[in-house]
Amino acid sequence: MSKATPVISLHAVTKQFGEVMAVNNVSFEVGKGELFALLGPNGAGKSTTIKMLTTLLKPTSGTLTLAGHDVAKEQDAVRKSFGIVFQDPSVDNEMTAYENMELHAALYGVSGSQTKARVKDLLELVELWDRRSTQVKNFSGGMKRRLEIARGLLHHPHVLFLDEPTLGLDTQTRNLLWDYVKKMSRSEGMTVFFTTHYLEEAEDVADRIGMIDHGKLIALGTTKELTKQTGTKTLEEAYLELTGRTVRDENADPHEAWRARHRARNMR
Amino acid sequence: MRVIYILWLRQVKRFFRAKSRIVGAVGQPLLFLLALGYGIGSIYAKAGQGNYIEFLVPGIMAQTVLFSAMFFGAMVMFDKQFGFLKETLVAPVSRFRIMFGGALGGATQATIQGVLVLIISLFLGFHPLHWALVPIAILIMGMLAVAIASFSSGIGSFVQDMQGFQAINQFLVFPLYFLSGALYPLEHAPDWLRIIAECNPMSYAVDAMRDLLIGQTHFGLAKDLTVLALIVVVTVAFGSYRFRHIEA
Repeated sequence: MSKATPVISLHAVTKQFGEVMAVNNVSFEVGKGELFALLGPNGAGKSTTIKMLTTLLKPTSGTLTLAGHDVAKEQDAVRKSFGIVFQDPSVDNEMTAYENMELHAALYGVSGSQTKARVKDLLELVELWDRRSTQVKNFSGGMKRRLEIARGLLHHPHVLFLDEPTLGLDTQTRNLLWDYVKKMSRSEGMTVFFTTHYLEEAEDVADRIGMIDHGKLIALGTTKELTKQTGTKTLEEAYLELTGRTVRDENADPHEAWRARHRARNMR
Repeated sequence: MRVIYILWLRQVKRFFRAKSRIVGAVGQPLLFLLALGYGIGSIYAKAGQGNYIEFLVPGIMAQTVLFSAMFFGAMVMFDKQFGFLKETLVAPVSRFRIMFGGALGGATQATIQGVLVLIISLFLGFHPLHWALVPIAILIMGMLAVAIASFSSGIGSFVQDMQGFQAINQFLVFPLYFLSGALYPLEHAPDWLRIIAECNPMSYAVDAMRDLLIGQTHFGLAKDLTVLALIVVVTVAFGSYRFRHIEA
């Protein structure tokens, strides 16, 4: 696959929760090996987009493809071809780091003989090899994140999704984390699709940036293109120019908000 | 198979790491066994019914499994709350295997606890009729455990919090326990109670275990096993169905 054949593509994708348009007619593509950032205020539709790309939510309409597979029709092929680090931790706290990795290998059918070497390589990469026999509940937030990144890479995914992976981490850990991700992306030709609220991260890491607001894709391009388009100097200024300066009080997760309303309605 | 095995192994490891849970889950049934067994035992004997402890032990074993496996749904709920469930939901494996692997793990815990109760009851004077049939009785207890763990997994997959789970749990567990043949012979129960108990799947598991352990049966082993097998199929299907409908 070259840059001409995209690894991720969204075509006229819409997701509606009740009357709320969480994602509204969004289309764009991400190429192989690209580092792509999706930015937007709270409730803009970032997580919903990732959930649709990772088979956790079905779009109301439109088509999504990932690594050449239709997300709606070839769920298992799609699930094999991506790794993901969710916004909230998804490791098993009661198990050790190594056991978490073993479990992931079994879920993804990585053969037993390959598993050992791969797990060692990855845990060394994220500097957790020495802590492999520690139960994850004794890990700090940053260590858990590193473990999740190692785990997400275990089955050689074509795409790695990172949903606000650096939220709540200190600057040192954030830098380290992006170093691993960039290293893996380069060495394995892996596409990285991430969201973040730290604009300098997007500026440093991403090859291209998409901006989403009120469910609509409002800008797409390199940092240079976006600053030029808005006549600003930095990505942060461009972002504020495009999304406005008002604070959003919308629920961070429109799906959750919709479910809460739905429940409240049923109770009445 | 590897997926079911690793998810089973996860539950079993967690179980053995939380030793207090093993003891805690056996304590309550033992209390029932002691209080009812000795409290009512003498009246039972006077009424010409024989040894109540013998009669009661299979029922208490089934109770252990019922309470323990029903609580397994809370584990599923915690997995959902603490995010681990998402890791399995985006994996390229069927939801049936995710549900079933975990439920087998929960069922294994429950069965181990049931066996512990059996062992302790041996010290209280319980003797099985034929030792050779004891493993089969344990197998049947295991089937009951799989059914209940699958069912409660299904419940745990959509319940939002512990209060909600406990409410459903209590609502189901106590009628299933008290309105079954676990504590009293159905032959002498009033019609309305007997009819309810005959609709209760627990009665059939208890009856099968009682038949194999002490040679007393109400329905007959063939009927017991047919109903139990059917219940396993239905509950596993329910659990898988609920897991297919989890949205993250």
